[in-house]
Amino acid sequence: MTAFPFLLLILAAVVGYAINRVAARGIRDGGSRLHSMTSYHGMYSALLVLVPVLTFILVWLALQGAVIDRLIMSGLPDGVLDGLDGGGIQLVLAEIKSIAGGQVFGTPEDWKIAASERLLTTRERADWLLIALVAVMSLALMIFARTRVKADFRARQGVEGIVTGLMIFCSVVAIFTTIGIIVSLSYETLRFLERVPLSEFLFGTNWEPQIPLREDQIAAEGAFGWLPVILGTIVITVIALVVAVPIGLFSAIYVNEFAPKKLRTIIKPLLEILAGVPTVVYGFFAILVVAPAIRSFGQSLGLDVAPNTALAAGGVMGIMLVPFISSFADDALSAVPQSLRDGALGLGATRGEMMTTVLFPAALPGIVGGVLLAVSRAIGETMIVVMAAGLIARMTINPLDSVTTVTVQIVTLLIGDTSFDNPKTLAAFALGTMLFIVTLGINIFALSFVRKYREAYD
Amino acid sequence: MSDITNNADTPRIVTSTELVAASLKRRRNKQLRLQMVGMGAIFIAFLMLFILVGSLVATGWQAFTQTHVTLEVFVDPEDIPADRLPRGDFDDTLEAALGRMLPGVDMEDRETARAVQGILSNGAQFTLRDRVVADPSLIGQTVTMKVPTSDPYDQLNKGLIERATPEQNRRVKDNEIRWFDTLKEQGAISKPFNLALFTNADSRFPEQAGLKGALVGSFWALLTCFLISFPLGIGAAIYLEEFAKKNRISDFIEVNINNLAAVPSVVFGLLALAVFIGWFGLPRSAPFVGGLTLALMTMPTIIIATRAALKSVPPSIREAALGLGASKQQVVFQHVLPLAMPGILTGTIIGLAQALGETAPLLLIGMNAFITSAASSPFDSATALPTQIFIWADSPERGFVSRTSAAILVLLGFLVLMNGIAIFLRQKFERRW
Repeated sequence: MTAFPFLLLILAAVVGYAINRVAARGIRDGGSRLHSMTSYHGMYSALLVLVPVLTFILVWLALQGAVIDRLIMSGLPDGVLDGLDGGGIQLVLAEIKSIAGGQVFGTPEDWKIAASERLLTTRERADWLLIALVAVMSLALMIFARTRVKADFRARQGVEGIVTGLMIFCSVVAIFTTIGIIVSLSYETLRFLERVPLSEFLFGTNWEPQIPLREDQIAAEGAFGWLPVILGTIVITVIALVVAVPIGLFSAIYVNEFAPKKLRTIIKPLLEILAGVPTVVYGFFAILVVAPAIRSFGQSLGLDVAPNTALAAGGVMGIMLVPFISSFADDALSAVPQSLRDGALGLGATRGEMMTTVLFPAALPGIVGGVLLAVSRAIGETMIVVMAAGLIARMTINPLDSVTTVTVQIVTLLIGDTSFDNPKTLAAFALGTMLFIVTLGINIFALSFVRKYREAYD
Repeated sequence: MSDITNNADTPRIVTSTELVAASLKRRRNKQLRLQMVGMGAIFIAFLMLFILVGSLVATGWQAFTQTHVTLEVFVDPEDIPADRLPRGDFDDTLEAALGRMLPGVDMEDRETARAVQGILSNGAQFTLRDRVVADPSLIGQTVTMKVPTSDPYDQLNKGLIERATPEQNRRVKDNEIRWFDTLKEQGAISKPFNLALFTNADSRFPEQAGLKGALVGSFWALLTCFLISFPLGIGAAIYLEEFAKKNRISDFIEVNINNLAAVPSVVFGLLALAVFIGWFGLPRSAPFVGGLTLALMTMPTIIIATRAALKSVPPSIREAALGLGASKQQVVFQHVLPLAMPGILTGTIIGLAQALGETAPLLLIGMNAFITSAASSPFDSATALPTQIFIWADSPERGFVSRTSAAILVLLGFLVLMNGIAIFLRQKFERRW
């Protein structure tokens, strides 16, 4: 049923194209000279029908559900919703919908059954209304487009204008996405801050969101301080960098300067495989192999290692970051001008000395930029830590202990739980806002850092 | 250096050649050390890759086979009367069939009978039911059936349960092992390819759990993602590369696109949850919503790849077309775009491959639900391949460990395939000017 308006629209566009093209051809065969080619006359009609009607259908479908819900709820008999809060009303609506979907649990009240029947008829009417409107609009636009077919009609300019508009729309989607992220995050975060004061969130050292937050225990519990969560994130990020930076850097140095050409063409794609492995796979690798290995190794040394130690999550994340850092460092080393290499070698430096005393310092800003981008990746990385790190937030920097991260908390707070006015859910959005701000800040800083240094040699 | 020049016992003149020669060995060693460290770093990276793939193959290959029992089932009209179908005591029928193959086992004892029934997968009775319902004339006859065993016996058959461990630490007891061996001696046990891994949807029981639901869900999500991100991405790239004037607005759009490419994926999940599900009221767990989210994440990749491909088309093509009287849009859509298409497709496939492995945003929109049937439309609840891996990795049953690895191998197989197609396209069709 949902597909029907779309099919109707496509049909209308094709018919409009054919009608206009045939008409234009008729004019041309009648001896007049057309301004635009016949296919542009056809395209003009097709686009004129497609763009507005498609927009209309999409807007209709987006709003339909909410409007019908409101109609149904306002049509309920008086008094049945008395004393229900937002969640209760949602529950009634969900029950009516499931009755309408044919899933009846127990014996629902008569007014619910009546409402569900009304829901079904309203939905059906809405579907037919949409189809009728689509048909009328398409027809009107087709007729309008047909009346424009004349010998001197600038159909090509018309088509190109519409296409340019469409392309501008495509480019603006990126802006809409950014706006969507900022608006949705800040809206939910503001609702969160209505319940938990900002100072509590930023400077609190207790993170226990599983305690339901009631009116009378907001400040007393202090369960929404994000410090232990960000501390855990930092611990895991540092571990990841300790693994990734040396391995990535030294392999880049080797690949860039010392590796024979043939070996280079093998090493680079193999490193890229590491970058292409989905993070959920790394997460499983961490719990299947790395965590037990670290644990038994620690126990053989007499250390007490938590089953979901930060070392496992951080170490595996480090492996994930190796190709990232090595390709960035490789690019930075390659960007150093040949004259510097030649100069160093000409003064008698060995290739090793040229690397450590000339190339590496010259490439350092680029490498630092790459490492910063890796930091932002590590902070935002989700699946490895969701699977391999802990859930409990602790103020600890012991890498053998289990720590939690911002992303772990976001995911665990949002899995399963759905209601939007729950402080748990809102807390996830608050963490998301912080994550967005931090990663965006690091990214912008790193990119400007890299750009600045690139210009230095040009 | 000062050591040499200040040494009073050697009054000879030191030339710089000698100086260099003296230090050369040390300096060469230093370079060698740097090389060794570099090689070591690469070796560690590859070792990790090897362990990663190796451990997945080592645990996962077992899941591609599944232990089955072949039973001679007498469809007893007393247990399964034709007029009560599809109801009937199908499990008792199977139990009786097993009992006939295990002489000396007291099937009258309820405990023992239940334990014997535990050899079979929970789904076996439904297989029998479906068969009898499809052909009621089987009632009263003996049918040969090959049904999967339950997970512990599957593990036992694959040698994953050590027979040497003490009985109380073992999931299969001594007498159960004896039954299994009896069945094996009769040749009733087989280990064929685990077709159920691809034809079943998720299940609580490892031996019945399959990837069909996840594969279908991933297919719908990727299709949605492609249909949205491909036209939008190309449109945006063409506009920015060919038409947009260099001004504040186009700069702002570019900065936006670059930043979107670096936003953590979980933030896109939050966006989808708040906007698509919370405000627009789209259904939870639906591959369509997943695809929309993935499309937003894939778009920057496609835009960047498309712009690179457009840039690599030489200006002479444009100038020739313009010279022959083509309009700017005709030049782009009829000449430049077709020539750039291989590069665009390569970038798109790589972007889709990334989207296929993306997990976190799908978790937030609820695509980690337990769903036992494959989605028939993109608006039905479904899981996706990576979220299915996440669900199985979280499951406590032993049998899910190897299934998780197998699912990962399937996912990696798809990724290799997609990247292979991308490389093939690049090498076959990309023109160098």
